[in-house]
Amino acid sequence: MIIQNEEIVRRHTIAILVDNEAGVLARVIGLFSGRGYNIESLTVAEVDPREQLSRITIVTSGTPMVIEQIKAQLRRLVPVHKVSDLTVEGPSVSRELALVKVAGTGERRVESLRIADIFRARVVDSTNESFVFEIVGATEKLDAFIKLMEPLGLVDVSRTGVAAIARGANPI
Amino acid sequence: MVKDAMSGAEIVLKALVDQGVEVIFGYPGGAVLPLYDELFKQNKIRHILVRHEQAAVHAAEGYARSTGKVGCVLVTSGPGATNAVTGLLDAMCDSVPLVCLCGQVPTHLIGNDAFQEADTTGITRPCTKHNYLVKDVAHLSRVVHEAFYVARTGRPGPVVIDLPKDVLVSKGEYVGPAKVKHKSYKPQLKGDLAAIEEAARLIAGAQRPIFYVGGGVVNSGPAACQLLTQFIHATGYPCTQTLMGLGAFPGSDAQSLGMVGMHGTYESNMAMHGCDVMICVGARFDDRVTGRLNAFSPNSTKIHIDIDPSSINKSVAVDLAIIGDVAHVIEDMVKIWKARQLRPNERAIKAWWEQIEQWRARDCLRFATGGSAIKPQYAIQRLYEKTKDRDAYITTEVGQHQMWAAQFYKFEKPLHWMTSGGLGTMGYGLPSAMGVQVAHPDSLVIDISGEASFQMNLQELSTLMQYGLPVKIFILNNQYMGMVRQWQELLHGSRYSQSYSEALPDFVKLAEAYGAVGFRVDAVDQLDGVIDAMLRSDKPVIVDCRVDPSENCFPMIPSGAAHNEMLLGPSDEAAKPVSENGMVLV
Ligand SMILES: Cc1ncc(C[n+]2csc(CCOP(=O)(O)OP(=O)(O)O)c2C)c(N)n1
Ligand SMILES: [Mg+2]
Repeated sequence: MIIQNEEIVRRHTIAILVDNEAGVLARVIGLFSGRGYNIESLTVAEVDPREQLSRITIVTSGTPMVIEQIKAQLRRLVPVHKVSDLTVEGPSVSRELALVKVAGTGERRVESLRIADIFRARVVDSTNESFVFEIVGATEKLDAFIKLMEPLGLVDVSRTGVAAIARGANPI
Repeated sequence: MVKDAMSGAEIVLKALVDQGVEVIFGYPGGAVLPLYDELFKQNKIRHILVRHEQAAVHAAEGYARSTGKVGCVLVTSGPGATNAVTGLLDAMCDSVPLVCLCGQVPTHLIGNDAFQEADTTGITRPCTKHNYLVKDVAHLSRVVHEAFYVARTGRPGPVVIDLPKDVLVSKGEYVGPAKVKHKSYKPQLKGDLAAIEEAARLIAGAQRPIFYVGGGVVNSGPAACQLLTQFIHATGYPCTQTLMGLGAFPGSDAQSLGMVGMHGTYESNMAMHGCDVMICVGARFDDRVTGRLNAFSPNSTKIHIDIDPSSINKSVAVDLAIIGDVAHVIEDMVKIWKARQLRPNERAIKAWWEQIEQWRARDCLRFATGGSAIKPQYAIQRLYEKTKDRDAYITTEVGQHQMWAAQFYKFEKPLHWMTSGGLGTMGYGLPSAMGVQVAHPDSLVIDISGEASFQMNLQELSTLMQYGLPVKIFILNNQYMGMVRQWQELLHGSRYSQSYSEALPDFVKLAEAYGAVGFRVDAVDQLDGVIDAMLRSDKPVIVDCRVDPSENCFPMIPSGAAHNEMLLGPSDEAAKPVSENGMVLV
C-alpha cells in the first residue's frame, strides 16, 4: 500500500453502494463539502429494492493521495457497503443523459435538427418554435452538443450526471 | 397489537440495560419525559443530573475514557441537543465511544418549526460517527443495539439517537442484542500478516528507530498497552507519546522520551526528525505533532498501524500501512519477531541512544526557580510527587496548564489521563473529572484547570455536591488566558487583546458557596501544605493556585516550523521569529 505523493490531479468516477435510508445522501455530500473535495457530478437511485440498496455515482478529481482519502472516508460511513473506483479498477462504461431545449424558427431550427441527427439525439417534444432533444453519451459528447446548440437558440438544459458500471461479468 | 408490547421508553431502557449501561448523564425536558418516567420506575441504571448538557457529554467522555466502556448521555430536544454538540464533536475528535439519546418533537411535527425542534441529525451528522432518527418503534431496539456496536467498534466515536416523543410512547416489541447484526459496518481487526512480517523486518533492521504511540493504543485497551510496552522493551528502542497516547507506555520508563509535538520534549522531536524508521502505532500525524509537513521526519521509513484506514496517508505518506486493532497487530508482530528470531542492531541502537542522551541533556523542560512566586511547572511537579502513588486520574482544561500537566505529570498506565486533544475544548476538564469520579468513586480524581477554562463549566460544582463526588480542582491561576497571551506575545507584538482574566471570582468563596472546600496559595513555601490539605479532604476542593502570570510554555515548535526548529525558552523567541506562512496557522 504505497502511494506516491504526486501532485497530478485526475478525474475519477467512484461508485458507492449504500443502504437506501434517510440521510445517506446528506452524509456523502456532507463529507465532500466538509472536507473540501469537489463533486463534478453525482447521481443516485435505488438499484436493489429487495436489499434496499442505492447506488451513488460521483465524479470527482484530486491527486492520488486525495482520491485515496476520499475512498477511505466514504468507506468509514456506516451505511456504506462498497466503494469502487471505476477509473482505476479496470475498464468501465459511463453514460449521461441530457434533455436540451432549443427555441427558434427558420434556418436555425433546421440546423439544430441537422446537428441533433449527427449526434443521434432524439426529439422528445416539439412545438412550432421549439424542440426538446434527448441525448445519451459520454459527458464530453453532451458538452459538445450543448455548445453547438448555444447559437441556435438553446434555452434550457437538464442533465442526469454520470452513471457508470464496470465492464465484464462481475458486480461492484 | 404486538404480543408482549412495551412502550418505546421501556424498550430504550431495556436495551440500555442489556448493553451494560450502569450510568446515564443527562438533563430532562419535555421531549424526553417518557424516558425520565421509566428511569424513575427502575433502579438498574443510575442517572446523574448535570447542570448543562455540554457537561453531560464531557462527563460521559470521562466515564468512557477511564473505564473503556461506552458512555451514555440523555438530553432533550432543541436546546438540549444543541448544547450537547460541542461535547459530541469533542468525543468525535478524540475517538471516545458514546451513545447520546436526544429527545425530538413527535414525528408528525418534524419539519414544522415546532417548539424546541432542532434538526438534530442534520446538526450532528458531521460531529458524530453515526446518527439515527427513529421514526417507528419497530426499529427502536435494533437501533439502540446498533448504536452501541458502532460506538465501540473500530475507531470508537459518538453516536446520536434522535427519539421523537411519539415513538417513546407507542408500543412495540423488544429485540435483544444477540439478534441484531449490522449489515455493513465491520471494521478490520486483524492486520495483514505479510505486512506485519515486513514491518517486523524493518523494525529489526533500524539504526535510528522511534516508536510514536498515540491514543489508538489506549483505545485498544490496557492489554494492548501492555503488549506494546513489552515489545518496545524487547527492542530497547525509544518511545514518544502523543498528547492522547500518554499512559499507553509508562511515562517514567527510561525508554520514554516524553510527549511529541508542539509542546513535546526536545529529544522526542529531534528523534522524530532524525529517525530512520518511525513506527507509528495508533496515532494520526496530527498537525500538532508533525509541525511543518514538508520538513517532517524527512529521511525515515514510516510504518503506520491504525484501525482507521482513513488515517493512513491523510497528511503524511507512509511506506508501510497495517490496518487493524493494535492489540491484534502487536500480538502477531511479537509472534513473528520471536519465530524469526529477529534482533535489533545493537551497535547502531547504542549510538542512537548516545545521540538521544545528548538531546536529553539539554533538559528542555527546565524552568527558572527561586523567588517566592509559584512557577506553574513547579506546582504540577509537586502535585505529581504527592499523588503519584495514589493511582490518580487526571483531567485538564485547555491552555498552558494542560500542556504543563502533559509535560510534568508522568502517566504509568492507560485510562488515567483525560484531556481534550483534538478539539481543545475549554470547560472539558471539570465535567470529565465528574464522570471519572462516578466511575471510580473511591479514587483520587484531579482536574488540572485554568482560571478561564474553569469558568466555562463551573456550574457543575453543584453536580459534584449533589452526588458527593470529591473531585479536586487545581486551578493554575495566572490571571490570563495564558495560551492566548503566549501566542500574542510570540505573534502579535505582545498586544494582549482580550486575554486578561478580568473580574475573577473569589474561588475560595465560590467553593464555599456550593458547600465545597476552597484554598488559596500564592507562596512557594505554602504549596505543599495546601496540596496536602486538598488531598486530605473528602469533599470537592478548589485550589486557587496563584502562579507566575508571565510564564510561557516551552519548549515549543512555533506554527509553520519543523521539529528541529524548536524554541527551547524565552531567549529563543526573538532569535527565531515566526514565518509568514506560520502566521496563518492555528
Ligand atoms: C471553548 C474554547 N474557546 C476558546 C478557546 C481558545 N483558547 C485556547 S487556550 C485559551 C485560554 C485558556 O485560559 P486558561 O483556562 O486560564 O488556561 P491557561 O492557558 O492560562 O493555563 C483559549 C481562550 C478554546 N480552546 N476553547
Ligand atoms: Mg489562565
